[in-house]
Amino acid sequence: MSAPANALEVRDLVVTNGEVAAVRGVSFTIPAGGRMGLVGESGSGKSMTALALMGLLPMGWGAQGSVLHDGVDLVTQSDRALSSRRGRTLSMVFQDPLSSLNPVRRVGDQIAWVIRRHTGVDRREAERQTLDLVRQMKLPRPEQIVRAYPHEISGGQRQRIMIAMALACYPQLIIADEPTTALDVTVQKQVLRLLNAAVKERNSALLMITHDLPIIAAMCDSVAVMYAGRIVEMGPVGEVFRTPRHHYTRGLLESQPTMDNIALDGSSRLVSIPGMVPPLHDLPAGCAFHPRCPAASERCRSAMPELDGRGRAAACWHPAAAAVEAAP
Amino acid sequence: MNAQPSRRPLLALKGVTQTYRLARQSLFAARPILTVLDGIDFDVGPGEAVGLVGESGSGKTTLTRMLTGVERPQRGEVSFDGEDVWTMDAAERARFRRAVQVVLQNPRSSLDPRMRIGTSLLEPLRSLGVRGDHAARVHQVLDQVGLSRTALERFPHEFSGGQLQRIAIARALMPNPRVLIADEPVSALDVSIQAQVINLMQDLVHDLGLSLVFIAHDLSVVAYTTSRVSVMSAGRIVEVGRPLDLFTAPRAEATQSLVGAVLRVETGLAGHALD
Ligand SMILES: Nc1ncnc2c1ncn2[C@@H]1O[C@H](COP(=O)(O)OP(=O)(O)OP(=O)(O)O)[C@@H](O)[C@H]1O
Ligand SMILES: Nc1ncnc2c1ncn2[C@@H]1O[C@H](COP(=O)(O)OP(=O)(O)O)[C@@H](O)[C@H]1O
Ligand code: SF4
Ligand SMILES: [Mg+2]
Ligand SMILES: [Mg+2]
Repeated sequence: MSAPANALEVRDLVVTNGEVAAVRGVSFTIPAGGRMGLVGESGSGKSMTALALMGLLPMGWGAQGSVLHDGVDLVTQSDRALSSRRGRTLSMVFQDPLSSLNPVRRVGDQIAWVIRRHTGVDRREAERQTLDLVRQMKLPRPEQIVRAYPHEISGGQRQRIMIAMALACYPQLIIADEPTTALDVTVQKQVLRLLNAAVKERNSALLMITHDLPIIAAMCDSVAVMYAGRIVEMGPVGEVFRTPRHHYTRGLLESQPTMDNIALDGSSRLVSIPGMVPPLHDLPAGCAFHPRCPAASERCRSAMPELDGRGRAAACWHPAAAAVEAAP
Repeated sequence: MNAQPSRRPLLALKGVTQTYRLARQSLFAARPILTVLDGIDFDVGPGEAVGLVGESGSGKTTLTRMLTGVERPQRGEVSFDGEDVWTMDAAERARFRRAVQVVLQNPRSSLDPRMRIGTSLLEPLRSLGVRGDHAARVHQVLDQVGLSRTALERFPHEFSGGQLQRIAIARALMPNPRVLIADEPVSALDVSIQAQVINLMQDLVHDLGLSLVFIAHDLSVVAYTTSRVSVMSAGRIVEVGRPLDLFTAPRAEATQSLVGAVLRVETGLAGHALD
């Protein structure tokens, strides 16, 4: 049997709880071995999208649409079927490893358990593979680390343990939700480097969720920008970041702190997007970004724009034309 | 090297050293001692904005505890307006505690979830024992941070992270401080909101003549607002300079590693950000 051409095909995904929708019709495709970034401010629906894909939505929330992965539609799968897939064909790395690791079990045992459950190898073999993985994650003193409890190791080390666990069974798709947001810049770079190498080596596909654009630029080949539960722009990462068409994407890029053109006396101003992300229960009509958009017109206030293509696309009535300034 | 400001510093640490005793590793072992601050000299002048960067665990937060006088260093001197903070009389100490206020990284955990914003804003004055009707002051600080008065009746869960950080800044401004210490105030915020809060802190320095100590992991975050940045590593200040100089010609290894670790969109697109 040949491997499917796509690791993930999401069509018209909607995530709701009663009247409230956190994800409002999202479609994207990640080819086998591809890497897509999902970017947007907090509350834009990134994590809800990921949890819907994993079948791990919080109580009260439900998903509609279709999510094709490994020849099945995950939306229609039973809890049992989904649970036997998690860690095997798709796996997830969360922002806060402390809350997703079992606090009373040694980290090595937790990795070994995932391996035994999905591959059926014996205990000795699972322990051997665990130690191998922990070594690959460049953790110091691997023989001791596997015997540690989660609270006995640092945040960066815990995140590497989570990545090791997610990679243990060579999944077709790894979803990483803000995997380095809680880490400092030096540790962040180490962890991203390891994740990058490990995903490449296994030829797994990656869905990288973050509000940090430089991480997406470094790790992904395509990107989807989310705002208020919808994808407002997507395409190859170089094109979207060099010539953004939606005004939200443009605003995000322009508000990145850089050291270019910095004044010596601490008087430089950062460009910022005015206002806030709207609450889900009170979304503006038309383009949800219009109260914050410098180019908003009457039409933007009344009619909602749709994505204008399938590969490189933006959902905007008056797309920006020129490249972002100051990008050297 | 960087020239020291000629003005007299408003808040200063001189030769500050702090050690902690860690838990015993085994029954008979001596308790190991960790030197968290090691002979720190640090200061901020009146109306000056300075930065402090360093990797996680380098001692930045411990340093702020010395600046605010919540913890007494084992060695060295903490002074405010030329007076030793730990030998001043009660009246001077009260003045010092009012004058130095802090904003923390995570606004959600620094505000009481059961308290209306209006009550939270009064908290610093109450704990300092300042009595009276503060309604006018509350409205003034809300204006200063760009929040509407309707915020007063609401609870923290009704606000986004960026709005909560404005509220935390408003609360720190209530006692009319002379120094604001911001310990990673934007690390937990989204990029576009981060920019709003950084610009706000710059406005406060300009408009109110506040002194600012701005702490971050990322040099570029403090570079917009400050003209002098200290780099910390393992309890010491290893380099002091203007942000641009530290960025273009870092000398200390810790500065080089911080500068090198920061990811940029352009280097990412060029394909060698993770080399
Ligand atoms: N009360 C304490 N007892 C023992 N060790 C402590 C105590 N407070 C801090 N430390 C240790 O002192 C060192 C410096 O801690 P500090 O919180 O000042 O670092 P930081 O630079 O603020 O780090 P971060 O960027 O992660 O906030 C760390 O190794 C920390 O574990
Ligand atoms: N466990 C939950 N219960 C109720 N609402 C939630 C929960 N998790 C997220 N939400 C809501 O769903 C929306 C989208 O959130 P989320 O997907 O977490 O955003 P992001 O990951 O982009 O920051 C937000 O309005 C958030 O408040
Ligand atoms: S549709 Fe209108 S409001 Fe929305 S981003 Fe485009 S120009 Fe701005
Ligand atoms: Mg999230
Ligand atoms: Mg700290």
